[in-house]
Amino acid sequence: MSAGAARRERLWRRLAGPQNRNLWFWVFVGPFALGLIVFTYVPLGWSVYLSFFDAHNTVSPSDFVGFDNYTSMLRNDAFTDSLWTFVVFTAFIVPTTFVLSLSLALMVNRMRRAQAFLRSVFFLPAACSYVVAALIWKMSIFNGVRFGLANTVLGWFGADQTAWLSTTDPPWYWLVIVTVRLWLQAGFYMILFLAGLQRISPTLYEAAAVDGARPGWQVLRHITLPQLRTTSVAVTLLLVINAFQAFDEFYNLLSDARGYPPYARPPLVYLYYTALGQGQNLGLGSAGAVLLALVIAVVTIGQARWFGLGRKAD
Amino acid sequence: MTISRRTLLGTGTGTALGLLTACGSNTGRDGGDSDGKGPKLSQWYHQYGEAGTEKAVKRYADAYDKADVSVQWRPGNYDEQTAAALLTKSGPDVFEVNGPTLDQIQGGQVVDLTDLFDGVKDDFNAAVLAPKTYDGRIWAVPQVVDMQLLYYRKSLLADAGRTPPKSLDELVDTARELTTKKVKGLFLGNDGGAGALGGTPLYAAGLSLVTDDGEVGFDDPAAARALSHLRALYEDKSLLLGAPSDWSDPSAFVQGLTAMQWSGLWALPAVQKALGDDFGVAAFPAAASGAEPAVPVGAYGSAVSARSAHKQEAKDFVKWLWIERTHYQRDFALSYGFHIPARLSLAKKADVLTKGPAADAVRFATDNGYAEPLRWTPASRVAYQDALSRIIKSGANPESELRSVVRKVSAELDRVRKKSS
Repeated sequence: MSAGAARRERLWRRLAGPQNRNLWFWVFVGPFALGLIVFTYVPLGWSVYLSFFDAHNTVSPSDFVGFDNYTSMLRNDAFTDSLWTFVVFTAFIVPTTFVLSLSLALMVNRMRRAQAFLRSVFFLPAACSYVVAALIWKMSIFNGVRFGLANTVLGWFGADQTAWLSTTDPPWYWLVIVTVRLWLQAGFYMILFLAGLQRISPTLYEAAAVDGARPGWQVLRHITLPQLRTTSVAVTLLLVINAFQAFDEFYNLLSDARGYPPYARPPLVYLYYTALGQGQNLGLGSAGAVLLALVIAVVTIGQARWFGLGRKAD
Repeated sequence: MTISRRTLLGTGTGTALGLLTACGSNTGRDGGDSDGKGPKLSQWYHQYGEAGTEKAVKRYADAYDKADVSVQWRPGNYDEQTAAALLTKSGPDVFEVNGPTLDQIQGGQVVDLTDLFDGVKDDFNAAVLAPKTYDGRIWAVPQVVDMQLLYYRKSLLADAGRTPPKSLDELVDTARELTTKKVKGLFLGNDGGAGALGGTPLYAAGLSLVTDDGEVGFDDPAAARALSHLRALYEDKSLLLGAPSDWSDPSAFVQGLTAMQWSGLWALPAVQKALGDDFGVAAFPAAASGAEPAVPVGAYGSAVSARSAHKQEAKDFVKWLWIERTHYQRDFALSYGFHIPARLSLAKKADVLTKGPAADAVRFATDNGYAEPLRWTPASRVAYQDALSRIIKSGANPESELRSVVRKVSAELDRVRKKSS
């Protein structure tokens, strides 16, 4: 064996690691990492790159504009309005879903019979697609004509027909958007809460009863809720992330062939129309996406701090 | 490539060997001339609602013998699909487009088709050819002319003692009178008219979206006055909103949910079938004294992608189908849906367009038709449509809303002007 071959052999040994561990690491992690790079990090970087160019109808632009896209996006009241829409929506949907799914879980948990049945019934909507649910809400439950379900029920009491999705004063469209999301989500989070509830040791409740805690609010406040803390944190985080991603039901409820109305337009919908609609202003759209990503990053970090995520459990 | 039974039959005159090599050499769209039919071209259409259209366009493509044209029938958001596909080589060679947009032309995404029009340019409807023209060059061949107009139920108007509205004021009054507990007066789309009407009320007030010399065309108090009438319609609760199918579909009108509806000429056969003689058509009534009524006209055009590997062949095909084969153009316009042929010579010969409401519609298109100018870019349209929606639904002040639209639109016009210089 020549000296060169021996050196190559040694190098290979070192690279592969003891018992080929490095090799196996890359065999298993490599494909995933590659996918992540190709489908997430490259587009992400590209989007940041595009945001500094006048990129109409092109992904390989040549017209560098610096921060112009950012300033025009921040001055654009349609974009800032969409951020507000999003804040209002999150501020409402997160606590509402939280309370609703927790109450469902508490009720189902107390059932002695038919618990499995009720659990499935409440969970089933989670298996329905947002698009399908949005279309059912739009076309049959909350359509604006007299034979829509909501209008038929109101008609029994002599009320006039309401165009739910077209009325901005009062903003009835929120009722439609919020109910469809509640219906779809509540069951899923109920299951998470149920799992949390069933992990609470019955001895705690027995001890509380012995100590004279009144069943009901006192037990809930001092035993159940503190014991559910980890579940609650997880549920809140998931709810906020889901609210960030709001697109499907908004788009399917409110868009039509000619575009999207200027109300209830969350940032993702607005950016979709700016960058990918007929406008194809990919530079401006990318700048908006980067701004949105910054907002999400700040909120997520703040949230993690608030809940003490990542800190070692004491 | 998926070989349909049709393409198999179509190439049946070639030998089996030819077919085999055609399959074997299938590398997508840049196949060779192995089966004697020339290069492979892909042609995109958006999904037409009328039965038979898809078969017809496939039949046309099969009849072309200088290239192997495969038709893609694309449901869904067609504008978004083509816009994205034009960024790559795997997009269509020939495609129909509700445009092309100014940015697509300026960005060099579509091929100049001016030379296809040699000797026939004057035979094309000038109103719809104008938005396909930029810098004196033509970028798409208009396929058919579409227009929108107002449908009304004659019997319901007669019961209320009204005549078809001649002015926007009258339209507001008529719609209010026709509204009952069961039937609404007017349907302008589920968004209250912001999307379907667009610039029509401005043209009916004697204004325009963009003037011929590229300035904002509605910086005028008459614009706010015209748009405030749409608010009145909404406030009177005369508008049908939230119907299961939107304005482009005549269902709400034929089902009796509304006494009048804004829709397209394409809906006329369905309305006629359902209501017989009990309907009439009108243009959008004049919105200012001394102004004329208005109807929007437009045309899907056939364009060639600049990234096509076979630009010349694609141009030849477009010329063959949309310039030379007039009997196909006639068939496409009149046999399935209901459109006005883009060629004046064909429109004159179309019998179905010479009587009844169809004849009225053609007259409106000729006398009162306006096409959205090329400089009216998607960004301007969104700004205007948002403002219109706020005026109609939320009662926003038309003057201040329009002021901010004028500001945005003139910035957008500056941008496209700078790009062209």
